[in-house]
Amino acid sequence: MSTAPPVIRTDALTKRFPAVTALDQLTVEVQPGVVGLVGSNGAGKSTLIKILLGLSPATSGSGEVLGLNIATEGSAIRELVGYMPEHDCLPPDVSATEFVVHMARMSGLPATAARERTADVLRHVGLYEERYRPMGGYSTGMKQRVKLAQALVHDPRLVLLDEPTNGLDPVGRDEMLGLIRKVHREFGISVLVTTHLLGELERTCDHLVVIDGGRLLRSSSTASFTEVTQLLAVEVTDNADGSADQLVQQRLAAAGLSVRPDSGHILLVELAGDATYDLIRDTVADLGLGLVRLEQRRHKVAEIFTEPAAEPAAERTAERTAEPAGDSR
Amino acid sequence: MTNQSDFPALTDGAAADAAPGAAPDGVIHNIGYRGYQGPRLGRGYATRSLFVQGLRGAFGLGRSGRSKVLPMLMLAAITLPAALVVTIAIKGGEAQLSTDYPQYLASVGLLFAEIFVAAQAPVLLSRDLRYATVPLYFSRPIVRADYVRAKAAALVAAMLIVTGLPLLVLYLGALLGGMDFAHNTEHFGMGLLAALLYSVVFSAVALVIAAATPRRGFGVAAIMGVLVVTGIVATIIAGLSAGGLRNDGANGATWAYLISPSSVVDRFVNQVCGLASDSPGTPGMLGAAVFGLEIVALVVGAYLVLLRRYRKI
Repeated sequence: MSTAPPVIRTDALTKRFPAVTALDQLTVEVQPGVVGLVGSNGAGKSTLIKILLGLSPATSGSGEVLGLNIATEGSAIRELVGYMPEHDCLPPDVSATEFVVHMARMSGLPATAARERTADVLRHVGLYEERYRPMGGYSTGMKQRVKLAQALVHDPRLVLLDEPTNGLDPVGRDEMLGLIRKVHREFGISVLVTTHLLGELERTCDHLVVIDGGRLLRSSSTASFTEVTQLLAVEVTDNADGSADQLVQQRLAAAGLSVRPDSGHILLVELAGDATYDLIRDTVADLGLGLVRLEQRRHKVAEIFTEPAAEPAAERTAERTAEPAGDSR
Repeated sequence: MTNQSDFPALTDGAAADAAPGAAPDGVIHNIGYRGYQGPRLGRGYATRSLFVQGLRGAFGLGRSGRSKVLPMLMLAAITLPAALVVTIAIKGGEAQLSTDYPQYLASVGLLFAEIFVAAQAPVLLSRDLRYATVPLYFSRPIVRADYVRAKAAALVAAMLIVTGLPLLVLYLGALLGGMDFAHNTEHFGMGLLAALLYSVVFSAVALVIAAATPRRGFGVAAIMGVLVVTGIVATIIAGLSAGGLRNDGANGATWAYLISPSSVVDRFVNQVCGLASDSPGTPGMLGAAVFGLEIVALVVGAYLVLLRRYRKI
């Protein structure tokens, strides 16, 4: 997969508004597949999408979408890219069919092809009889489907989905995530999906790009975000005042292991190899304590945001976990 | 249908394609996703599509029945008096129509044309703003200027239909009635010039106002205000000055018509076409030049304002 040309490539992309820097030297490559663009509100996700569509010029830096230059070939890019905006964008007095046919023609499809593709794509997103009714009466879930359909109707090679699960209930959310997977696996269309909800991305995306404050925090495969990290959580008995923790920490540190306390009387020990397990067991036994917990710690994607991104320590951790996947940063 | 795997479904589809008549009865084909290999016609085609959609939308076509009422009513209201004029002239065996073509628009047609443009310009622009459809258009191959041009062309074309149709009725009626061909053709041409200028100037004013508000009601009221009220005010000022306060011909008071788009077009056409007007204040050649410049300035200015308006969306 990594041999395929990237669908999106940016090089030191910077966007400054008078009051704020929305993107700061962003260099990232997005491979074909389902890629999550993660960032809190105001992280620069929407600005990035606008620049990628060639709608807003970058202050400096350059970029390519599907091998086309974003600064000079915006029209050609928009012909081959679909865009599903975050906000409501459907006129209420028009039916889904009429609207999507119109949008297909706006993408350059001849009238007959526009009608055929509309019928196909509305069926694929799961709109049947409702498609002939005015969209004002649609539920949020149905509206999201129409928005997805208009982004897919011209059979783009890449779709940019801005917060597609916004406002959906859990069932609707699962269905939308299923659709997004289908868009890539069955339709063969690459997907860039933005969200600030991480849980759903773990299940949907192959690759995650995390930006914060307009800067790239991390870009790596989803597996590497959730893979077993080199940490062991250790909890011991007789530790009401925390003194036992300190003893264990001192002993282990003396034995050459990196140890740091975590919340709730838990020590996080860096896993140096199988010997580490034995060493911890023996150390705890020597001190006459009982071992309550000895487990591998899994990184959840959500931790990217709970750790303050600005702290160098956090960034180091993130980078270290990213290494096995061979990442761009 | 969904639990059927895609692989056989795809082959089903291929088999059906190969032998359309051979498919056994009662088989539901799950045609998987089919890509699009056909032509992509690009920016120009997309802009034309937007123009056609706008033109149809201006008459309520492709929209609900309710939205057809007002535009069709205005089209009827502006055309039926023309049919009446023609009928009376033919029945009475008159040698000439009782109204000249530009005069028909200036007297009978003006209000209906103004109502039409005030009601339909917001249909073209304010709805896209209100329902935030504009960003969707801009995610398509067209650029912002294409959007503005397509919408403006659609409204001007719709206005040309509204103002041109009664003139056509008058002209055809005059020819059927065996009236003078040369005279009617010449004045029909003058009428079309007036129709074109009314369409372009009214559309320019109306589109700028409609682009400023996502609320359709505000747009309608503001456009009616600008087009109708300025006409009334200009007429009052000119009337007071020319008829009441000073009576030294067509000079100072004439310039009051500058504030009214409809009067500017009316006076300009009268002067350029050499039509004698009973109403006071037909400008001299200087006036015609100034009014002509104002028309150009209005249209170019409106276009630039619209481009600027859509640059930030």
